[in-house]
Amino acid sequence: MPPLLEVDSLAVTLPGPTGPLPILHDVSFTVGEGEMVGIAGESGCGKSLTAQTLLGLLPAGAKVTGSARFAGTELLSLDTRRWQKVRGAGIAMVFQDPTAALHPMLTVGRQLTEHMRVHLGLDRRAADRRAVELLDQVRIPDPQRAVRAYPHQFSGGMRQRAAIAIALAARPRLLIADEPTTALDVTVQAGILALLDQLRAETGLAVAFITHDLGVLSALTTRGYVFYAGRVVETGPTGALLTAPRHPYTAALLGARPHGTQAVGTLRPIPGGPPAPGQAPPGCPFQPRCGYAEPSCGTVPPPLSPAGTDRSVACVVRPHLEVAA
Amino acid sequence: MTTTVDDAEPGAVTTTASRPRPRRALLVFLAKRVAITAGLLLGVTIVTFGLVTVVPGDPVTANLSDQALNDPATVAAFREKWGLDQPLYVQYLQYLGNLFRGDLGISQQTGRTVTDDLFQYVPATMELAIPTMVLALLIGTGIGMLAAVRNGRITDQLIRVGALLGLSTPPFWLSLVVLYVFFYQLGLAPSGGRLSTDFSPPPTVTGMYTVDAALAGQWDVAWDAAQHLVLPVLVLTSLTVAMLVRFVRSSMLEVLQQDYIRAAYAKGLPTRVVFRRHLLRAGLVPVITVSGLAFASLLSGTVLVENIFGWPGLGQYAYRSATALDLPAILGVSLFVALVYTLVNLTVDLLYGLIDPRIRLS
Amino acid sequence: MTTLAPDPVAPDPKATDALARRRLLGRLRGRSTGRPIWRQPIAVAALVILGGWLLMALFAPVVAPYDPLAQSPDAYAPPSGTHWFGTDSLGRDVFSRVIHGSRLSIPLALAIVSLALLIGGLLGLVAGYVGRFVDEALMRLTDLVFAFPQIILAMAVTAAFGPSTRNAVLALVIVSWPVYARVIRSAVLTMRGEDYLSAARLLGIGPVRALRRDVLPNSVGPAIVLATLELGNAVLLLSALSFLGLGPRPPAAEWGSMVALGSQDLSMWWVSVFPGLAILTVVMAFNVLGDALRDRIDPRYAKGR
Ligand SMILES: Nc1ncnc2c1ncn2[C@@H]1O[C@H](COP(=O)(O)OP(=O)(O)OP(=O)(O)O)[C@@H](O)[C@H]1O
Ligand code: SF4
Ligand SMILES: [Mg+2]
Repeated sequence: MPPLLEVDSLAVTLPGPTGPLPILHDVSFTVGEGEMVGIAGESGCGKSLTAQTLLGLLPAGAKVTGSARFAGTELLSLDTRRWQKVRGAGIAMVFQDPTAALHPMLTVGRQLTEHMRVHLGLDRRAADRRAVELLDQVRIPDPQRAVRAYPHQFSGGMRQRAAIAIALAARPRLLIADEPTTALDVTVQAGILALLDQLRAETGLAVAFITHDLGVLSALTTRGYVFYAGRVVETGPTGALLTAPRHPYTAALLGARPHGTQAVGTLRPIPGGPPAPGQAPPGCPFQPRCGYAEPSCGTVPPPLSPAGTDRSVACVVRPHLEVAA
Repeated sequence: MTTTVDDAEPGAVTTTASRPRPRRALLVFLAKRVAITAGLLLGVTIVTFGLVTVVPGDPVTANLSDQALNDPATVAAFREKWGLDQPLYVQYLQYLGNLFRGDLGISQQTGRTVTDDLFQYVPATMELAIPTMVLALLIGTGIGMLAAVRNGRITDQLIRVGALLGLSTPPFWLSLVVLYVFFYQLGLAPSGGRLSTDFSPPPTVTGMYTVDAALAGQWDVAWDAAQHLVLPVLVLTSLTVAMLVRFVRSSMLEVLQQDYIRAAYAKGLPTRVVFRRHLLRAGLVPVITVSGLAFASLLSGTVLVENIFGWPGLGQYAYRSATALDLPAILGVSLFVALVYTLVNLTVDLLYGLIDPRIRLS
Repeated sequence: MTTLAPDPVAPDPKATDALARRRLLGRLRGRSTGRPIWRQPIAVAALVILGGWLLMALFAPVVAPYDPLAQSPDAYAPPSGTHWFGTDSLGRDVFSRVIHGSRLSIPLALAIVSLALLIGGLLGLVAGYVGRFVDEALMRLTDLVFAFPQIILAMAVTAAFGPSTRNAVLALVIVSWPVYARVIRSAVLTMRGEDYLSAARLLGIGPVRALRRDVLPNSVGPAIVLATLELGNAVLLLSALSFLGLGPRPPAAEWGSMVALGSQDLSMWWVSVFPGLAILTVVMAFNVLGDALRDRIDPRYAKGR
């Protein structure tokens, strides 16, 4: 059976003030039914943009190539009406910043029920009942009253949970959670993660979990994708990624040396910053910051190539490292 | 940005019912606005009083007609009333006292009290202003929203140029052009005035002919009065719309790039629903706040437009008084207009507080 | 059921802070700044029109075929080869009068705007810099002026001082300085918010030098944009005052009073249509230019937001 979501060679170019800006290059990944997959990378590497592409919400003038198949349907060629069927009911999204993503002048209940009624065909009563259930499910106290509240009356953690409830309302098959825990403190983060995992286990919900913090992925996701400058630079089972990173960038993110012999936790900041869109050097985009760079890194961006069981790495020096390990 | 009310209280949802404080906050907000308005109005009287006193030369000669000047009794009464031999602050208090009694002085032109004149002319202007405001808000919102959702495309460009054109057109000139085309060339509209000569004004109730005629069941009069409304309302509406469109457009653009609009699309809602429920609701809040400004531009417009359409309203009264240097009248008009404008702004502020739940409930 | 506990505490302030910063960054990189003025066709057209009017104002006696004040028995002649824009009720050549009108409207608008900018700008600087009571008092004063529709206050002022060119200019300065005061004040306040001034103070840089070094240069952009837009407004208001007979006295060739003259007889449309078009083109050009400048200087207003 093919995976629920299959993204293949996705490339996105946005219009910029001085010309087109290539943002995503050759991005491929899959999310299986009932699977939780992690997507990690520094700020600005294109994680949110990937999510927006999968919902057809790119800004006007964006150019997209490649393919993204969801449950057998090619998303990238959908018309507006079909997109509306997929959004919310097929793929739902939890936005990065819950405060900004909730309408300040509509009650939480209204924001929970409006798409439920469109997608599930529920009448008002049934939708209201389900709204209360959902808020209860995400552990918002006194859900009967919470449905009538406006977002500004919630605390940050509650807003985030309300946003998750809204995303789940129309029973999507895939949830894209864009850094749903960034604004929250550690205990709340853990709760949200547990909630997502439970939903996955109970309802078969597939989750693409976006984060800039590799550590968050550890317990819950089966596989992880590491993004850098609009490319996937490493992928593999989460455990292996975290304990034995092969790409120098993944390793640097973890504060460890490649091949993961050193303890995670000696976090050192990576010198420099990721290149701005369109400013990447000709070869490997990580080259200016990479401690393992060789002359051969500077010609073409290394493609993602298999490296061991279920793993792939986009680094030309990787074979040497493996030998070293 | 919004404030989080209950971060200190774990897990509690604050709604109005659960907490009495928000009501009080709203009351404080109201009280503050009312106090500011009262202060502003007092300031306005100082400005108008200042204008009376800065008049070069003898205020008696400036304020009284030649005829009145020849009558020593009138001159003495004038000096007495304005307390012209008293120190300035006494004069001001006296002026203020007169205002509170509704005494704005005597117009030299009409020889009647300015208050009486206002009672006669204001309804005529209201008959223009009310339909203009309603039309302008509807049309301005619609066109502004259209421009915003078509941002950068040809429709938007055309609307933007059109709005700029409207803002750049002298209202008095536009009135003439419209009159020339629709009355002189096409004969589709009456040349001006409130009523054709075949009709006499309906019995006064509101002072607005269309309403009064309808109330009296004189449908032919109401129809005739409505026809006379068309051209001036057309001119005033297009000017007000031009001003509103630019504002609505930028307000809606601001909203369109908010995450919650993208979130609404991401839920699979039809575009129509996103526009009507999510965009309009948020985009209109700031629009409400400029409707006061639109009203001011409308009032300014009436001064120039009424003059051309021979519309016996506040604008024409102001114009006549200004050209005749009829100071009590022109100051009376200024005071009245400032009063109305300030009250409109107060209403707008209060409305804003009521509409936005972030203010209403926090 | 799920096993999620209610929020024990508020969101981590550091995390929220970081998020806010990222949101701001996102906004900054998400926006497209306006194109340069010379790459916007409509702004270029505005510049050309304004340049044309300036040349006409400079060389009016050369360009205009007739003396703008010379009366002739040939009254109310429609536009023709001899009188391109026709003649008015006194037989004066409308074309020559429109050309000469630019010598009144444009310099007077410049005078109004520079005076208002000078007065309002100074008061705004003081209000923003001194703050406290002075700021409060000045801002209430601006509120007061804003409480009147501009044209009505201007009418009252000219009526009080007597109608003349000088008093019309004075009246328009009185009604328009508060806008500048507000804009300059908020430019100063932004800077104070950014700790420029206190840092300057720490470095031992006196207030006057701080103003010259940081505050003034940073207020120039907003002031230029505002002044350009207000030039259009000044032309419009001035023509309105003189249309009402409260501006330059007859027989001066002023556009507003020329329109007024034509309004007496609709059949002689050319008497008012051409001066009105002159007002329209000048005001429109200033507005277009002001908009384009604003998109350039204050990218918050850029078209592609
Ligand atoms: N509307 C836009 N126009 C031009 N460039 C954009 C736009 N939106 C995003 N970008 C650029 O695309 C790149 C990827 O942005 P994206 O929001 O996907 O990053 P991200 O990985 O989600 O980062 P973060 O962790 O900060 O959320 C960034 O470099 C950004 O500058
Ligand atoms: S390809 Fe070269 S520069 Fe890029 S990550 Fe590998 S070693 Fe570093
Ligand atoms: Mg992101």
